[in-house]
Amino acid sequence: MDSWRKNKLAFAVLALPPTAWLVLFFTVPLLIMWLYSFAERGPQGQIYLAVNFANYVRAIEWIHLGIIWKSIWIAAITTAITFAIGFPLAMGIAFAPARWKNILLLLVILPFWTNLLIRTYAWIAVLRTRGFLNFGLEWMHEKLSAFSALIGLPDVMGEFQALELLYNQKAVVIGLVYVYLPFLVLPIYATLEKLDKSYLEASLDLGAGHWRTLFSVTIPLALPGIISGCLLAFILSMGTFLTPALLGGTDSEMIGNLIARQFSSSRDWPFGSALSFLLLYMTFIILWVRASLAGRREEPI
Amino acid sequence: MVRDRSNPLDYTRKTWMRMSMGLTFLFLYFPIVSLIAFSFNNSKRNITWQGFTLRYYEKAFDNAQLHEAFLNSLIVAGISTTVSTILGTMLGLSLHRFRFPAQGPYEGMVHLPIVIPEICMAVAMVAFFATINMPLGLTTITVSHIAFSIPFVAVVIRARMAGFDRSLEEASYDLGANQWQTFWNVTFPYMKPGMIAGALLAFTLSLDDFVITFFTSGPGSTTFPIKIYSMVRFSVTPEVNAASTVLIVLTLALTVIALVIQSRSQAK
Amino acid sequence: MDDSTIISVRDVTKRFGSSVLAVNRVSLDIKRGEFFALLGPSGCGKTTLLRILAGFETPSEGQVLIDGDEMEGVEPNKRPVNMVFQSYAVFPHMTVKQNVAYGLRVTRTPKAEIEQRVQQSLARVQLEEMAERKPDQLSGGQRQRVALARALVKSPKVLLLDEPLSALDAKLREQMQIELVHLQQSVGITFVIVTHDQNEALSMADRIAVMNRGDVLQVATPTELYEYPNCRFVADFIGKMNLFDGQVVGVREKQVVVRAGAIASQIGDITIPFADQAEGEVGIAIRPEKVRLNKLEPKEETIRLQAKVKEVVYYGNESHVFLQTESGAAITADMKNSSRHAHAGIVKDDVLWVSWLAEDTLVLTS
Repeated sequence: MDSWRKNKLAFAVLALPPTAWLVLFFTVPLLIMWLYSFAERGPQGQIYLAVNFANYVRAIEWIHLGIIWKSIWIAAITTAITFAIGFPLAMGIAFAPARWKNILLLLVILPFWTNLLIRTYAWIAVLRTRGFLNFGLEWMHEKLSAFSALIGLPDVMGEFQALELLYNQKAVVIGLVYVYLPFLVLPIYATLEKLDKSYLEASLDLGAGHWRTLFSVTIPLALPGIISGCLLAFILSMGTFLTPALLGGTDSEMIGNLIARQFSSSRDWPFGSALSFLLLYMTFIILWVRASLAGRREEPI
Repeated sequence: MVRDRSNPLDYTRKTWMRMSMGLTFLFLYFPIVSLIAFSFNNSKRNITWQGFTLRYYEKAFDNAQLHEAFLNSLIVAGISTTVSTILGTMLGLSLHRFRFPAQGPYEGMVHLPIVIPEICMAVAMVAFFATINMPLGLTTITVSHIAFSIPFVAVVIRARMAGFDRSLEEASYDLGANQWQTFWNVTFPYMKPGMIAGALLAFTLSLDDFVITFFTSGPGSTTFPIKIYSMVRFSVTPEVNAASTVLIVLTLALTVIALVIQSRSQAK
Repeated sequence: MDDSTIISVRDVTKRFGSSVLAVNRVSLDIKRGEFFALLGPSGCGKTTLLRILAGFETPSEGQVLIDGDEMEGVEPNKRPVNMVFQSYAVFPHMTVKQNVAYGLRVTRTPKAEIEQRVQQSLARVQLEEMAERKPDQLSGGQRQRVALARALVKSPKVLLLDEPLSALDAKLREQMQIELVHLQQSVGITFVIVTHDQNEALSMADRIAVMNRGDVLQVATPTELYEYPNCRFVADFIGKMNLFDGQVVGVREKQVVVRAGAIASQIGDITIPFADQAEGEVGIAIRPEKVRLNKLEPKEETIRLQAKVKEVVYYGNESHVFLQTESGAAITADMKNSSRHAHAGIVKDDVLWVSWLAEDTLVLTS
């Protein structure tokens, strides 16, 4: 890398246009929203610039705090489930033969390249009362009923009741796990891949079993990747909007939806801005934790 | 106990690992594959398999609104890709090449669009366009898409340039070329696969984006994902499946092209 | 500066930031048509000095003249020198021919002339067959030849080579050393090579500048450098050396009387031929291959002492014998295994006579 002084003209020509675009169409909008977050709302949704914290105070009122808390809770459960599914997958890929590795990785990334909306919509088709899952269950139910009739048992199965799988928190969690799995798998895979396999061999050689090796050697050594992946899945889930909007019901509104509502039906932009900045601050804190953990782990090496 | 001939660390060969991976991939692919499969199903009810048909594709293709939405998406993606690839390349190159004051905060600022929740950026854009009195429409969508695509392109370019041997440029100067000749003859050819990959990424991001598009769109600027959103909110129809399949195939094709270009440039 | 000087480096200093002194007031003249080596351990400033000559680094102080012209403010693309990079920097997206033609193409040389000079240059490094290949289809040695041909086609006044052999394996390296010397003789261009490998410098260069921590310590021919190093660093860096701390106790005409602390009890004060000024603390040194070992006390007029064998290490063509005197001083003797059983009798714990000639002894004043 050169100092910018070495070639000021080239630096200016390269850096100014993209910087100008990002400042004008990203930083300035954020600043305006930040100003709005301290503003007051008029009766018709007008905005009067001011400096008061009423919007932030409102955000931590019981009813809104409940939604924020729910968002954190849903994000935490999503992260836990994603990790439970993602870690074995990351390990499976990391220890796969070289020629399989890229194919398996591609299989993990591929859904990530398909439209988020379509992937979420696909779950509607799977989970709804007349969806593939209920249909599969009904089919099994029929077969079981026919079987019990065949061997002369009374009709113990009863009428098939479709499960209510959609428009609730469970559906939201399923959708989030589905969407953010690659974000968790990839960092974990990256650290497992770089991990010197002779550490694991040394552990096995010294008499530890596979499970002992997993918990005493593999996981501690892969911890930076695990933390990074989990925090990523967590912030992404927490700031989500589309998944609860499509798969969730009245009980599963998250911060993202609350913010969206302020900018649409409620027309309370100052409050929406304040909520938006609360979400941003939470995101920044987690990103900062993630960065400082990553920094600390690199130091001793 | 079954004796297998694997090494102790071949975890992927263990049956439990294979089953767990198989289930995970089933989880990852079942929804999409069933969606695609049922777009060919000759049944309105969309549940049981009634035979192969293309009539929902015909229906989707005949749907004028879908048509228009698709065209809008392509216009937005086309312009956004062109502008963000150029600006993102410049950004990536300047971050790769130069040390400058306040670099840390600057990098944080320019990478922010990648990390902030989409909904936050979406509503900020809405607030911004309202403040400057700009009517929402294809222009506002495009402007926002360019803003969030620039850092993604920059990251791809920077990753590509990380493998660049600076002595190639020095060799070029040493052999008598000036800065401009060196850039076009040496730096640019090396960077090109990164630019193509970045452009394809920007294109897919623009085509796929829902949240920011949804908020920055106005009347008459319906894009493909927004149209689909309005169609899927309350019903699942084979026609939506067909339209979705078209989009999936399109983005997958672009991804495959990007991967092929990348692997080819790595082979060099 | 007379006409035989092609590069003149005058009081050149290069600082990186405020604390790193990469090159410290270096002055040296490189002669026309000479094969010159900059030798030193990594981080000694030799590559920085080479990059100053090429124009990739600007000296903080001092000046560089190439063929009499002041180089300050002259960009690398305007200098009459060309460089072979450590990584070779062969453009990966161009064929061998395009690589070699590049330097002529960017300076708008007529097409016909380019064609002719490229062919000539490729022939010189025996790469005519490979002209249409891409660099990834070439071996390391071939890539290096492309880099050479690409630089030589520009007919530079000086060719700069940055560790050109470090990426090659040992066998190929030796072969390329010979080829480089032949190439330099046939084109008659001044070569300045940077290397950390003393054997490479000794075997190829006409003259060598030994650098350490930014300073040029000695500029001399290979023989002078090996036989008459001017300081402890050079003596130790080039070849191996038995080194004792000592003191000057008397000076005669072209001779100096020294007392070597650790072995003085056995050898007393010794008189060594020495042309320069010397006083106070000095280093007294003898090359291991100039040390002889005997079971019986040698009769000749030599410096001699008794020491016990600590270790004998066998290397095939020679054996290294590590000895220690009663006073604790360590001495190494390298024995040529000129016949199969030449030194079979030397085993651990033998007490032997160690001897060498006074004229082979070095007095190092710094």
